[in-house]
Amino acid sequence: MDELYREHILDHYQHPRCKGTITDPDLSFEDANPLCGDRIRMDFRLDGDTLAEVRFSGHGCSISQAAASMLCEFVEGRKLEDIKKLGREDMLEMLGIELGPVRLKCALLALKTLKAGIYGVNQWPGEDEDEA
Amino acid sequence: MTDTRTGLAGAAESSSAAPVAAFDPAVIRADFPLISTPREKRLIYLDSAATSQKPLAVLDAMDRYYRNYNANIHRGVYRIAEEATAAYEDARRRFAKFVNAASPREVIFTRNSTEAINLVAYAWGRWQLKAGDAIVLTPMEHHSNLVPWHILAAERGIELRFIPLTGDGQLDVTALPGLMADGKVKLVSFVHVSNVLGTVNPAAEITRVAKEHGATVLVDASQSAAHMKLDVRAIGADFVACTAHKMLGPTGIGMLWGRRELLEAMPPFLGGGEMIREVHLTSSKWNELPWKFEAGTMAIAEAVGLGAAIAYLEKLGMDAVFAHDRDLSAYALERMTEIPGLRVLGPAADKRGGVVAFTLENVHPHDVATVLDSDGICVRAGHHCAMPLHDQLGIPASARASFHCYSLREEVDALVESLHRARKIFAR
Repeated sequence: MDELYREHILDHYQHPRCKGTITDPDLSFEDANPLCGDRIRMDFRLDGDTLAEVRFSGHGCSISQAAASMLCEFVEGRKLEDIKKLGREDMLEMLGIELGPVRLKCALLALKTLKAGIYGVNQWPGEDEDEA
Repeated sequence: MTDTRTGLAGAAESSSAAPVAAFDPAVIRADFPLISTPREKRLIYLDSAATSQKPLAVLDAMDRYYRNYNANIHRGVYRIAEEATAAYEDARRRFAKFVNAASPREVIFTRNSTEAINLVAYAWGRWQLKAGDAIVLTPMEHHSNLVPWHILAAERGIELRFIPLTGDGQLDVTALPGLMADGKVKLVSFVHVSNVLGTVNPAAEITRVAKEHGATVLVDASQSAAHMKLDVRAIGADFVACTAHKMLGPTGIGMLWGRRELLEAMPPFLGGGEMIREVHLTSSKWNELPWKFEAGTMAIAEAVGLGAAIAYLEKLGMDAVFAHDRDLSAYALERMTEIPGLRVLGPAADKRGGVVAFTLENVHPHDVATVLDSDGICVRAGHHCAMPLHDQLGIPASARASFHCYSLREEVDALVESLHRARKIFAR
């Protein structure tokens, strides 16, 4: 338990970074995890090949919301080509916790939303790796 | 508790067994291996509204079928095929009696309640409903009693209407005559006991009003059949849908009860083997009831398990099961009020069954369930396949504890203790 609800997760959940919306965003995408009803919307402002600004809104469990907060904080100001390389392991590393298959979706919803919003790749990160 | 293992031979004799003298969940638990077998970490199962645990009598009956007389039904003339057919049909008779059906022919086996409702939507709905007709549903329906009607409504141009909810999560039945006043409503379909609010709806009253206005009535009894005495004739509906796995039975088998003359008149649902009397190259004639609606090899072992589950429930006595569920709900409601920020969804204990859904301020239901899980407590978190209801309540999700005959007051105590802990973790 204490492993799951570590200080930094609760910190991001209760004091989320990059929370909000952007007026007239360049790109915007909303996605949900139908299983649990977690919902994340991301607004993006681009500056050439750089993600100048990102804001997320939505609701969900601590894992999904903390993941969105950490991810947005991490990608803001980075080059799109670098963001493209982010995978599920990067997200899990940021969270720093072990998750079961159900909560894994909570953890990856933000990354899924980010990638779908910027690249139109709408699939669960690392889904290919799961195939038997 | 006495040995409740009934199986094929025992099941036939034990149906009229008198209820056990005293209803003691602590004793009943011994019949449920999953919860009574000691484990390294405690397991407190409070998710019986999702699926119940299974008594040994059910596991044994299914095991005996596979080990001793596994054969396809209604086909072979050899001994074990006849034995399998007898056991399958015995389960149907048993269920018919359990819900006070006029005849076993009125009982159709399906995969689950969802398929039972879909059977009505496809076979009755596509036969009877046309553009401009209306269907009355409720906002507390499980998706299984919404989505089949969404599909039909879109296909046929049918309007969906809803009996409104009262502030405390009951149906405002006084609104029903108004909803039906224009004579367009051909079907009223509603849940008997809500899987989120726990509300026990006045099924007979709703049915009476619906019938007065000339509508056909379907009752989703998924939550009620497992927990209270269900009398399909007293309710007076046309169709009642149930599922075995919430009734201490196995997954994979559900039951649709329907009024005989209606089932007789309806076209079939799925086509295939067993549901036919004659097949020619370009046409076929349907079998008689109930087999007209049972295409292909059915869930035989599961039917056998269902038969054993009903025998077990009959021994407990459904009135005793319901009293126990309601007592636990009342106790849970009372204890949970002591938790700051906890909001229970749904009506007072005397209006509900053994279901208590709730939200905890500043703790998402998933996080609640995760904290509880770390304490060995199994509860459901999410929308419980009732997204429209959660929308109406203005919450994205909830956590839910639900009980059955084996649930204990001590388990409610453990739940409350763990909820205090969840609150503390998130109160920083």
